[in-house]
Amino acid sequence: MEEKFAHPELRKPEHLVYKTTDLMVDCPLSYCPGCGHGVVHRMLMEVLEEKEIASKTIGVNPVGCSVLAYDFMNIDMLGAAHGRAPAVATAIKRLWPDHYVFTYQGDGDLAAIGTAETIHACNRGENFTIIFINNGIYGMTGGQMAPTTLPGMRTSTSPYGRDIEIMGHPLKITELIAQLPGTYYVTRQSVQTPSAVRKTKKALRKAFDLQDQKKGISFVEVVSNCNSGWKMTPVQSNIWMEENMFPVYPLGDIKVDGELVTRS
Amino acid sequence: MGELRLMKGNEAVAEAAIRAGCDGYFGYPITPQSEVMEYLMVERPYETSGMVVLQAESEVAAINMLYGGAGTGKMVMTSSSSPGVSLMQEGISYLAGAELPALIVNIVRGGPGLGTIQPSQADYFQAVKGGGHGDYHMIVYAPASVQEMADFVQIGFDVAFKYRTPVMILSDGAIGQMMEKVYLADPVARLTDEEVVARCPWASNGRPMSRGHNIITSLDLDPAGQERLNLVLQEKYREIEETEVRFEMIDCEDAEYIFVAFGLSARICQKAMQLARNKGIKVGLFRPITVFPFPKNEIRELGLKVKGMLVVEMNAGQMIEDVQLSVGCNIPIKHYGRFGGIIPTPDEVLKALEEKIIGG
Repeated sequence: MEEKFAHPELRKPEHLVYKTTDLMVDCPLSYCPGCGHGVVHRMLMEVLEEKEIASKTIGVNPVGCSVLAYDFMNIDMLGAAHGRAPAVATAIKRLWPDHYVFTYQGDGDLAAIGTAETIHACNRGENFTIIFINNGIYGMTGGQMAPTTLPGMRTSTSPYGRDIEIMGHPLKITELIAQLPGTYYVTRQSVQTPSAVRKTKKALRKAFDLQDQKKGISFVEVVSNCNSGWKMTPVQSNIWMEENMFPVYPLGDIKVDGELVTRS
Repeated sequence: MGELRLMKGNEAVAEAAIRAGCDGYFGYPITPQSEVMEYLMVERPYETSGMVVLQAESEVAAINMLYGGAGTGKMVMTSSSSPGVSLMQEGISYLAGAELPALIVNIVRGGPGLGTIQPSQADYFQAVKGGGHGDYHMIVYAPASVQEMADFVQIGFDVAFKYRTPVMILSDGAIGQMMEKVYLADPVARLTDEEVVARCPWASNGRPMSRGHNIITSLDLDPAGQERLNLVLQEKYREIEETEVRFEMIDCEDAEYIFVAFGLSARICQKAMQLARNKGIKVGLFRPITVFPFPKNEIRELGLKVKGMLVVEMNAGQMIEDVQLSVGCNIPIKHYGRFGGIIPTPDEVLKALEEKIIGG
């Protein structure tokens, strides 16, 4: 089988330049081809491996596309009820203060049904990391409107486009939680290009580094594509994301060292 | 050694939790149970035993904090009252599905809806029949005194970990608020993290490379897998029914009639029994202490010896269904209840016995 994928010469150990971390379980992911989730998973696991904290890390995954994330991440995990990951993580971090704790949540989970848990965990200044994947749609349930769905964007529950008059505005929850004194590091990144992936990994590393300082929530939003839900090819979806999502959800740090970043 | 104190039922729960070596309490204020968290915040066990006490943003958050704490193997509890416990039902279902040990105290008030802050037993169905979605049960203790409020904290934690299941103390606003003397056991030290890891090899508390990763979840998308989980749960409930039944029988040896009552109603029935016996009516009391598992075999045997049973509850007739299912149709089984926060008097209960059972 393996000969299909690489020339024998290339598979010699001395030629190995990169491999997936052992903290990723060697199994097919449940995500659609082209989706950003898998990249974020890998960056996250690489950060834990490089920091050598995998055995002291407890992850909480949501209900949504990443409901099975615990199958892919080779660390101890808990699957939370829809929206409640920040409450679950709050208890874990308080009961195991020397451990590293993170939640991994989508936009429906974090910014709709779990808004109260998100805001209050952030406001209490819990010392864990929230990883927020924002693709503007409910992927797992088949592409319904999310709190972060853009105006005019078509979903299965906004088939004629999100009408602000009827359906309200996209919720910029990341800007909102950045206002809270309990958040210490808030950033928005993406994973559609190699340089964006590197920035996301750097942000994740910083977020976990900050858990040592116990200064509050470190929050990493990743604006990601949903080519299936958006009814596009992966390439089209990334272009559409850059042209439409980024103006509403601009990339970059929003809060660093507890201070809001002023944008010029 | 221990210690004798005069306390409210709610305070006894809180003090017993500290002494049991509880790792974390997560709650939200609601009358008539707020004294549990208030007591803990005054006592500040986080400075002595290291027990975490946290006021959550809602009962929904509190029960999911229990899920997080329990999933790491720690001893965690919450308390609330009826509307708050309704909000917790999804989380309790998750605890049952993920097989997690946790203690939930319901200081029941009258309903439905916002109802009243006065005592009630109208959450019986919710507590013993499942309450949330899916096929599950909790072990449910129904204390009838402040002493039992304290006792069932330690007992509750023990069985919660023995069976990896959520456990409920189903009390009411009167027992939560009333003061009685209570014997408190000496404090037990909280388990160390190492002891927690050893006690709960299934828990997600950081994966050493010597084992695979632990996953806490109630999800299995494969129907065959989900059915297997259900069968495991049902087997667990059968075992609980065989081994964890608790009940009390008072003056049943010569009784012709039986009061069946749990919690506060049983206290009232004890006085009604005295009144009845003064009139020459031979009445006994059967008090289920666990309402799940229900003492069905014991009450069935009792049913063979008596002429009738009056089920006294502060609700419109809930436990009576379990009594009828256990005893059958050979003797009259009637219900007497007050609800909406009204506590029945012993005189009323005796009158109901005379009219519905003896003269009925």
